[in-house]
Amino acid sequence: MHSMNFDFSKNHFELLGMTPAYRIDLTKLEQAYRDIQSQVHPDKFAHLNDVERRLSMQWSTQVNEAYQTLRQPLDRARYLLHLNGFELHEETNTAMSPAFLMQQMEWREAIGEARAARDVSDLEHLSGKLRADVLAQQTQLTALLDNDRNFEKAAEVVRELKFMEKLREEINYALEAVEG
Amino acid sequence: MALLQIAEPGMSAAPHQHRLAVGIDLGTTNSLVATVRSGMSVVLHDETGRALLPSVVRYHADGSTDVGYSAQALQSNDPHNTIVSVKRFMGRGLRDLNDVGSMPYQFVDAPGMVQLKTVAGIKSPVEVSSEILKVLRDRAEKSLGGELVGAVITVPAYFDDAQRQATKDAARLAGLNVLRLLNEPTAAAVAYGLDNAAEGVYAVYDLGGGTFDISILRLSKGVFEVLATNGDSALGGDDFDHRVYCWILEQAKLSAMKPQDARLLLTRAREAKEDLTTRAEVRINAVLGTGEIVDLTLTAEIFTNITASLVSKTLTPTKKALRDANLEPEDVKGVVMVGGATRMPQIQHAVGQFFRQEPLNNLDPDRVVALGAAIQANVLAGNRSDDDWLLLDVIPLSLGLETMGGLVEKVIPRNSTIPVARAQEFTTYKDGQTAMSIHVLQGERELVSDCRSLAKFELRGIPPMVAGAARIRVTFQVDADGLLSVSAQEKSNGVEASIVVKPSYGLSDDEIAQMLRTSQENAKTDMASRALREQQVEAGRLIEAIEAALSENGDSLLSVAERTEIDEGMAALRLAIKDQGHQQIKAQIEKLNHISEAFAARRMDQSVKKAMTGHKLEEWEA
Repeated sequence: MHSMNFDFSKNHFELLGMTPAYRIDLTKLEQAYRDIQSQVHPDKFAHLNDVERRLSMQWSTQVNEAYQTLRQPLDRARYLLHLNGFELHEETNTAMSPAFLMQQMEWREAIGEARAARDVSDLEHLSGKLRADVLAQQTQLTALLDNDRNFEKAAEVVRELKFMEKLREEINYALEAVEG
Repeated sequence: MALLQIAEPGMSAAPHQHRLAVGIDLGTTNSLVATVRSGMSVVLHDETGRALLPSVVRYHADGSTDVGYSAQALQSNDPHNTIVSVKRFMGRGLRDLNDVGSMPYQFVDAPGMVQLKTVAGIKSPVEVSSEILKVLRDRAEKSLGGELVGAVITVPAYFDDAQRQATKDAARLAGLNVLRLLNEPTAAAVAYGLDNAAEGVYAVYDLGGGTFDISILRLSKGVFEVLATNGDSALGGDDFDHRVYCWILEQAKLSAMKPQDARLLLTRAREAKEDLTTRAEVRINAVLGTGEIVDLTLTAEIFTNITASLVSKTLTPTKKALRDANLEPEDVKGVVMVGGATRMPQIQHAVGQFFRQEPLNNLDPDRVVALGAAIQANVLAGNRSDDDWLLLDVIPLSLGLETMGGLVEKVIPRNSTIPVARAQEFTTYKDGQTAMSIHVLQGERELVSDCRSLAKFELRGIPPMVAGAARIRVTFQVDADGLLSVSAQEKSNGVEASIVVKPSYGLSDDEIAQMLRTSQENAKTDMASRALREQQVEAGRLIEAIEAALSENGDSLLSVAERTEIDEGMAALRLAIKDQGHQQIKAQIEKLNHISEAFAARRMDQSVKKAMTGHKLEEWEA
């Protein structure tokens, strides 16, 4: 590895000049991303020497990572929790409320039935319903992360959102399978 | 013939010297080279004024080659040694090719990539492609009157890592400095977007001779952002020819063709397809080697029917790309048509119907990719451009690792903006385990056997520990060419072992060097002088790059001592260029690279700061 005296320790919010918060100005985020990327992108360094090209790739990679993390609500929430010392341990921590798990089972049954019936409009209906549920969860997250700073409860909501994300993927797979 | 004029120590090179750079569209059927001349992107012609170079290479027994029209004209006479559509074999193993039986070649199964037996010996698709690139390079150097600083080579967006690496190797073998591998639809978007000041979401539908790509891009304020890409790297105009060919065999009740006759009928099929673009029916005539006569009439209606499944095969990836971009067809403001095969009326019709709008055909579908690549090459070569733009592209296929049970764990999902890096931690599953085998895959399926294997390597020397105690971090880095490198680190006990692996199908530097030597021996050029020349060019590039950097912010970022050290390094390199061998020059290049590392790092830091505070360069210097 190279011994560059180089500061990769900036967190994603600092790198993109954003205040660390769940509620975020996406237009401003995108503008900051484009401004920095237009300075560090490898295309700006293609005619320069190996060292500059390598640094540019590292920076550009870092900026992409920061932007993608902050842009996605779920990743942003997870990252904020991480910055505040709360790790989700998603692989090992699977304790969910029985009510939520029951809901999950109902969702899966509904998707499975729509898929078996090759019912596109039903799948699209489910997709819309899921989107509304996710939005409600995100509103709750804003309150928990930005106002109450209740990270414990926020972590629970993030775990639930991850399950919902899986549902979304499943609906998309089903749509792909049915529509071909 | 000098590429760069090297100034005397203390004097800087001419500030606005135009660096010669080209864009090359290395196509399945035809290839082109273009450059930016007086601010305009233009395709370069051969001596007889032809822009297209048929991607056909014919090998002779003495090792010499015919490339282009001359090879194409005689392909039916010498089908074994005349390689057409070699792009289909790039980065592919014998098992990947589904129509081996209908091709007149003698394939040799080789690890990683299939090879072809010719009268001039066994050739890899990389070598065959490099013959095409060499002709285009010569054409450009003659036309522009100097050596090229570099080239942008286009690749189908849906090319996987193996196909990209093979393309880059072919370019290196042809003696080209690859500034970037650029995705074909993105190149087309650059040419189209800059010409039309386009803003909004555009789809680029690119059906070439052997590949299909669909890219969804958002164009805004000088940023070309690829939102999603999809495609089929084994679907193109060739397949339409093949359907017509099969129809001919069926109608004329032919079977068991000789290679010469097969090639003849395939050519007739291609001509019929092209004629049907403007006509309602065509006659197909041929006299075979057996004396049999083919005389058939193919109508547009029959042609549309026998190719309907191919057309719909392009719409499935189109739907997937839109879904990945989270968009509906009506969100797309324009559909840019690219590739000669999009001339077929049934394609135009199907695409128009899918997007509910007339596709855009105002750029020549054969040339637009090369023109866009030239525009990008001009910028990448460092020729200043007033209107700067930014290309944000993605990887087309997910990258992952094999886990227990033959399953693939995705590490980088498809459509991630490049460059991108992702790390994954692993641990040992047995007490005292000291080695771990790592298998890198590309594709969307869950099973290892359904994905493309990119590399397999063993990480050895893990200190023996109880199961689960070792910490092995595997990092995937995809660069701006879409090429992957993998490194692994073992971090327990404070030991940090790191290796970097290039996927195994790619040619090693030694192999490339060996191939270069062989090809140069054939061409009877002087190897030593070539090596020297290369190092001189490389050294010239480095000096020029550092001078540009110094004049920009050498004063503000360097102490007097640091500045002196860099100046001395440059002076030493200049001396080496003048009167030393390639090895000494190489050593001085490495030294200067090392000396200027900290400066490069500070410059990058400053760039970022500048972007953060929104200051313009002039304000910083004031």
